[in-house]
Amino acid sequence: MRAHRRSVHRRVRVHPFHLPATWLSYHLQVALGSLGRLLHNPWATGMTVAVIAIAIALPASLYALTRNLNLLSESWGQTTAISLFLTPDTDIEQARALAVELRAHRNLDQVTLISPDQALSELGGYDGFSEAITQLEENPLPVVLALQPTPEVRIPEALERLAKEVEALPQADFARLDTRWVRRFQAILNVTQRGVVLLGGALALAVLLVVGNTIRLEIENRRNEIEIMELVGATPAFIRRPFLYTGGWYGLFGGIGAWLLVTLALALIQGPVSRLAALYHTQFPLAGLEATASLTILGGSLGLGLLGSWVSVGRHLSAAQPH
Amino acid sequence: MRGAERLAAIEVNQVIRFEHVTKRYPQHGNALSDLSFELKAGEMAFLTGHSGAGKSTLLRLIGLIERPTRGQVMVNGRNLRHLPTRKIPLHRREVGMIFQDHRLLADRTVFDNVALPLVAAGYRHKEIRRRVRAALDQVGLLGKERTFPVTLSGGEQQRVGIARAVVARPPLILADEPTGNLDPELSREIMGLFERLHRVGITLLIASHDLALIASLPYRTLTLTNGSLVGDTGTR
Repeated sequence: MRAHRRSVHRRVRVHPFHLPATWLSYHLQVALGSLGRLLHNPWATGMTVAVIAIAIALPASLYALTRNLNLLSESWGQTTAISLFLTPDTDIEQARALAVELRAHRNLDQVTLISPDQALSELGGYDGFSEAITQLEENPLPVVLALQPTPEVRIPEALERLAKEVEALPQADFARLDTRWVRRFQAILNVTQRGVVLLGGALALAVLLVVGNTIRLEIENRRNEIEIMELVGATPAFIRRPFLYTGGWYGLFGGIGAWLLVTLALALIQGPVSRLAALYHTQFPLAGLEATASLTILGGSLGLGLLGSWVSVGRHLSAAQPH
Repeated sequence: MRGAERLAAIEVNQVIRFEHVTKRYPQHGNALSDLSFELKAGEMAFLTGHSGAGKSTLLRLIGLIERPTRGQVMVNGRNLRHLPTRKIPLHRREVGMIFQDHRLLADRTVFDNVALPLVAAGYRHKEIRRRVRAALDQVGLLGKERTFPVTLSGGEQQRVGIARAVVARPPLILADEPTGNLDPELSREIMGLFERLHRVGITLLIASHDLALIASLPYRTLTLTNGSLVGDTGTR
């Protein structure tokens, strides 16, 4: 009898979880157990996952949209040049000299001279212009210097200062800077980007509530089991673990679903976008979600699932105290 | 100090010791009043009394499902008053509990039900298999590992409950009306199982109001009336 009691106490001290392999296989087992439980109810699980996926896909697709618009405006930004129209009496030789002078300017990357003939033939390339041009007796176009500023000057204010500076040159007639609408576009994009953040925050909260509520129901359904586990000496951590894994699975599947939805949406939009771009004689392949965004969606969703279940488990599994 | 208390209790071989224990429920008054008794290691005792006399409350105090309002409860040499909440699971692993309604999980096999205390304590697979089979063998249900509790008779379900209580080899087993739903023959069978556990040195405290059955067995009987200990036949 004494031997029996001694063996009991020895067992308590030698805890098998101290072996990392056992610990790992135990976690794997709990994770797979939670997964199996979810797959046992495919409809209920599918609906919860779909709600999470849609909630995350909304800000994610809006993000993809703004990213594409940003890329578009960046490609405009690269062509953002100051067109410096020279006075009509400036001949091509003087213009060349000026171009050489301007190339030395620290804020200018490139200076391209566009002769009146060149400009005219380019204009003739556009629909409806070629006929009008043939009617002209002489070339009315001045020499234009296309100025490509260095990247540091690409912010709108600096660009405008630069334009004023070159406009003050004696040979210059006027400088045209088509940045105003680019600036407006950028401002709209900034608003949209802020919207993505706000919408993302609100929908992240929604995901937390969905997961939290699902886990709460799961806890209610398994109240009897939880009580029995407590009676046979399960620690609170042991009882919580399967619910945390369940939340993690919901988050992970929701994230994968969201990624698929966004990718699918982009694929469906690519056709019309290509046709639209073709009308502008250009190509615009839509950019998909980049690796960091994809990982953010998956990781964020997983995190939200874990957090939601953690909060729910903390609220609904804390009544195990003796009274 | 606590370690010393524990050692002292083990020296005199007390598995359960109640010192002036009172349990009061805010709405229902005293369930137990100034109760004192002790149970020695290896002892088998019955706890009897009409329903509502406080039998279940007493067992719940031992399993630390509830705490006393006043007084001290020592179990396995531990003063439960000083036991922090985080150590309750470890305490419960040393107290096997058996219930009238079995409290089995309907969606798990007999094997998984019996394995529960071992899984909770973090035993390895091989060890769990070995011990669960041994426990089921002890209660005569070795062939029923893969069946679900609902397919078993009441007596068999109770035996699964007993297997679950003994599987982690706790030194103390508590049973709350284990034969409450069983006919006399099955009840005697269950008592036979308890006697076998008693013979291998396990301490048992069995709450029951089946006076005829208790009278037919030669064990100590504690009688509760309205939360007070009114009879104790002493160790036989």
